[in-house]
Amino acid sequence: MYAQMIQSEKTDEDPRALAEFQARIDRGEKIEPKDWMPEGYRRTLIRQIGQHAHSEIVGQLPEGNWITRAPTLERKAILLAKVQDEAGHGLYLYCAAETLGISRDALTEKLLDGSMKYSSIFNYPTLTWADMGAVGWLVDGAAIMNQVPLQRTSFGPYSRAMIRICKEESFHQRQGYDIMMKMANGTPEQRRMAQNALDRFWYPSLMMFGPSDAESVHSAQNMAWKIKINTNDELRQKFVDQTVPQAEYLGLTIPDPDLKWNAETGHYDFSEPDWTEFFDVLKGDGPCNAERMEARRKAWDEGAWVREGLLAHARKKRAAKTAAE
Amino acid sequence: MDPAFEFLCRMGDNTLVLGHRVSEWCGHSPVLEEDIALANTALDLIGQTQLWLGLAAEVEGAGRDADALAMTRDAWDFRNVLLVELPNGDFGRTMMRQCLFDAWHDLVLAELRDSTDDRIAAIADKTSREVAYHLERSRDTVIGLGDGTEESHARMQAALDRLYPYVGELFETDAVDAALAEAGIAPDPGNLRDAYDARITGIMAEATLTIPDSRFAHKGGRDGVRHTEHLGHLLTEMQWLQRAYPGATW
Amino acid sequence: MSNEWPLWEIFIRGQHGMAHRHVGSLHAPDADMAIKNARDVYTRRNEGVSIWVVEAARITASSPSDKGPMYDPARSKVYRHPTFFDIPDDVEPM
Ligand SMILES: [Fe+2]
Ligand SMILES: [Fe+2]
Ligand SMILES: [Fe+2]
Repeated sequence: MYAQMIQSEKTDEDPRALAEFQARIDRGEKIEPKDWMPEGYRRTLIRQIGQHAHSEIVGQLPEGNWITRAPTLERKAILLAKVQDEAGHGLYLYCAAETLGISRDALTEKLLDGSMKYSSIFNYPTLTWADMGAVGWLVDGAAIMNQVPLQRTSFGPYSRAMIRICKEESFHQRQGYDIMMKMANGTPEQRRMAQNALDRFWYPSLMMFGPSDAESVHSAQNMAWKIKINTNDELRQKFVDQTVPQAEYLGLTIPDPDLKWNAETGHYDFSEPDWTEFFDVLKGDGPCNAERMEARRKAWDEGAWVREGLLAHARKKRAAKTAAE
Repeated sequence: MDPAFEFLCRMGDNTLVLGHRVSEWCGHSPVLEEDIALANTALDLIGQTQLWLGLAAEVEGAGRDADALAMTRDAWDFRNVLLVELPNGDFGRTMMRQCLFDAWHDLVLAELRDSTDDRIAAIADKTSREVAYHLERSRDTVIGLGDGTEESHARMQAALDRLYPYVGELFETDAVDAALAEAGIAPDPGNLRDAYDARITGIMAEATLTIPDSRFAHKGGRDGVRHTEHLGHLLTEMQWLQRAYPGATW
Repeated sequence: MSNEWPLWEIFIRGQHGMAHRHVGSLHAPDADMAIKNARDVYTRRNEGVSIWVVEAARITASSPSDKGPMYDPARSKVYRHPTFFDIPDDVEPM
């Protein structure tokens, strides 16, 4: 998921207040920024929304990698619009996090100093045009699995951001699948590219949901607070069940020899991804971690004079206006 | 060479190459709001390219389409001005280039709305609204950064100094322009210079920037005689897939 | 002084005669840029819409109804950024 392995923060407020707060959530009320909330709820949300926002922004990079190489004018426009949407998603989410009392700049600093994470998936490289298909189809597909239920999350600003995001997401997965269809029905080389992209993105996509958290106390607390709606395994299973027929339709093979329909459970059985690799990627040892962070740091550092320059001009203008009044 | 085809390639190649350059910023801008705004500008320019090159292909009548023109011509067949193919440089240089181009683009489109060729008038009508907004935005940014901090001022002055020698090409007039002006299809570019200078002078004054004295102009883009070295690299990237897998559809 | 651009709340009225509605927030150095950014971020520059921008720090919001919690968060940012509320009557249309 875009927010992976979110540990719930401890909270030690008055039990009566906590119970009242929990009752509000259980009644389906939304918690708004000015409402009282446990410190742990607030801090956990900052971490989760912040990580989600960072993922959208870092997530621009692997797809942005192909904007200047898109094969047609129309594909270029679609891809650019899609990557631009992700910037918008980052913006909405940073704003939601800001209602909890942390600034976007502070969150950015935390991303850049490594104290906040972003989704593991964006540390994988995009090597061919088919990867634009695979990312839209699988990565956005997996993200949507998580984001649709999050529209019902207990924190008002987060919920509203997710509603807006989900509206915009609907075209992302489709444009990805559309690319895959073209490739799968194209020349032998295009078919090969499509299969290769699926081979490389299948397991990293399964990792997006995070390791099994059925036993996790953090998960239980976050679910009680309704900032997590489903377990990781539920969502992963749902994703597999949805994706397998789509791959079959494309005539592509999911790179899992043990994948098969289980009539008893009514679900597909599938192999777990390599969780060692997942933790390596989270630790910083994914194929592209260094590049992704370099790109973000460069944008931030080299943008400083622009942000300061425009602000200085705005202040001068205001000062001149005040003096004239 | 059919003057109409030539002219349409000039319009379409300008928007194609500039749109490509601006799109390079996606995901790398100084602040999210600017990232989104620049992507909008690039999207507009790509859309405009589809219109101009689409009409160029139609006028040519050789069975090519806008994509074929964009993706399979080599550098010497491109008709964009040198200004738009220059690398982005820093954000300030990118916005300075945008402003210098937008100020011209906006003037040309205003004239083209009265073109005797209805198809050209229709494209100009549709795109001029987008371009008016591009100009509003690039103008504000140039003014804000020129008048901002010492550093931003210095960077914007450096950008203007670097780019100004590429402005003159926008107002070159050749046989193609003469033929189109004669037929009332497009304005004589030279006639736009005064209005342009008035605009740019106003903008740069507000930005506290000094326009270079020299009117020296690099040229060779709009007639394809001598592009910069940069265009070839840009095309290498842009045309890669179509070149590597000819005949595939995407 | 922080060099972060101030936060603005964005209100948009669409073409169908409904009142301005809060659509979200963004950062901008001043009101003019906030309007432009709002066009780019929240309307993708649809024409025929009206945009209001209000600096988030200027907004006064009501207090939560229950006086029960003495736990009202003291963090001023939280007060400054209510993400949803009715349109204040005294906001100037821009
Ligand atoms: Fe997204
Ligand atoms: Fe997406
Ligand atoms: Fe995404």
